[in-house]
Amino acid sequence: MSYYLGSFLLIAIGLYTVIIKKNLIKIVIGLNFIASGVNLLIVSIGYVKNGTAPIFSKIGINPSAMVDPIPQALTLTAIVIDASELALAVAFVVLLYRHYGTLDIKKIRSLKW
Amino acid sequence: MIRKIVYSIFLATIVLSLVMFFAAFPFGQNKMSVGEYYLNHGVAQTGASNIVTSVVVDYRGFDTLGEVSVLFGAAAGVAILFFVLGENRRKRREQVAPNFIVRVGSRIIFPFILLFGTYIFIHGHLTPGGGFQGGAIIASGFLLLYLAYPGTTVNRSRLSMVEGLAGITFIVLGLYGLLMPESSFLYNFLPKGELNALLSSGILPIIYIAIGFKVAAEFAGIIDDMMCEVICRGGEK
Repeated sequence: MSYYLGSFLLIAIGLYTVIIKKNLIKIVIGLNFIASGVNLLIVSIGYVKNGTAPIFSKIGINPSAMVDPIPQALTLTAIVIDASELALAVAFVVLLYRHYGTLDIKKIRSLKW
Repeated sequence: MIRKIVYSIFLATIVLSLVMFFAAFPFGQNKMSVGEYYLNHGVAQTGASNIVTSVVVDYRGFDTLGEVSVLFGAAAGVAILFFVLGENRRKRREQVAPNFIVRVGSRIIFPFILLFGTYIFIHGHLTPGGGFQGGAIIASGFLLLYLAYPGTTVNRSRLSMVEGLAGITFIVLGLYGLLMPESSFLYNFLPKGELNALLSSGILPIIYIAIGFKVAAEFAGIIDDMMCEVICRGGEK
């Protein structure tokens, strides 16, 4: 249960950072917080009480005592995608800084809404 | 001020709806029926002892091909942003060399990082780990080299050759399954072998090795772009 609450907290912190903060680097960090929270949420959905990893490393392991493999498979690829997305976002931030000379989104006029 | 209030209401609504939605899923209780099916039949159908691997590479192999192409897109995006839109390229500046311990230590530890990453992606169908994780570990070894020797460059054409060959291996193995009598994409046409042996579960280890090479090459390319961005321009405006 605490995993659920922790992942909600991570998502909330990330959303708060993305919405409130004015620094582009902090916004990118907030995006990564949201991704971590979602990954934790997906993995904890598949948890089974006293479950083991879904690996048949010994003969005679009962499959019903294992945790759900599908959320783990989904997050496994999602983590790598998150990392590459982070790289892409940082590249955008670098270019924005070079063009405007600032990281403050209040001073970047074409990002105003 | 008004904007902050609106934001807080928005945030509270999202978190509250998440909590109310997940109150219907009791924690640690029961599995989805699909996961149940994979756990009960996965070993017999794919021959891999790690069910997560058999989901990633066999049952959902086509999705994994999509994920790998997303990764390629991100790496290509970083390269385009830095190399096409950036100006004043390829003027390397002299950096202050890192100290002696970092340089010698990284030279000692680099082959072991490569070995560990290779172990992770070769044993992907037996133990936790696989191509994505092993590739990331190998790329972290390259990051260490870049930090210890700021002048290093990776041969980019060789890197993209490795990347392309790995992708072609994945696709050709998948297409070869179409020629089999079962005729499905990524059909496991090789013998499955015995459980928990290194040479088992048919094409799964081959695909994971290809994914490992591809992820390692793409991350090394991203690291190369970013480090060159730091070193070539040196933080000047």
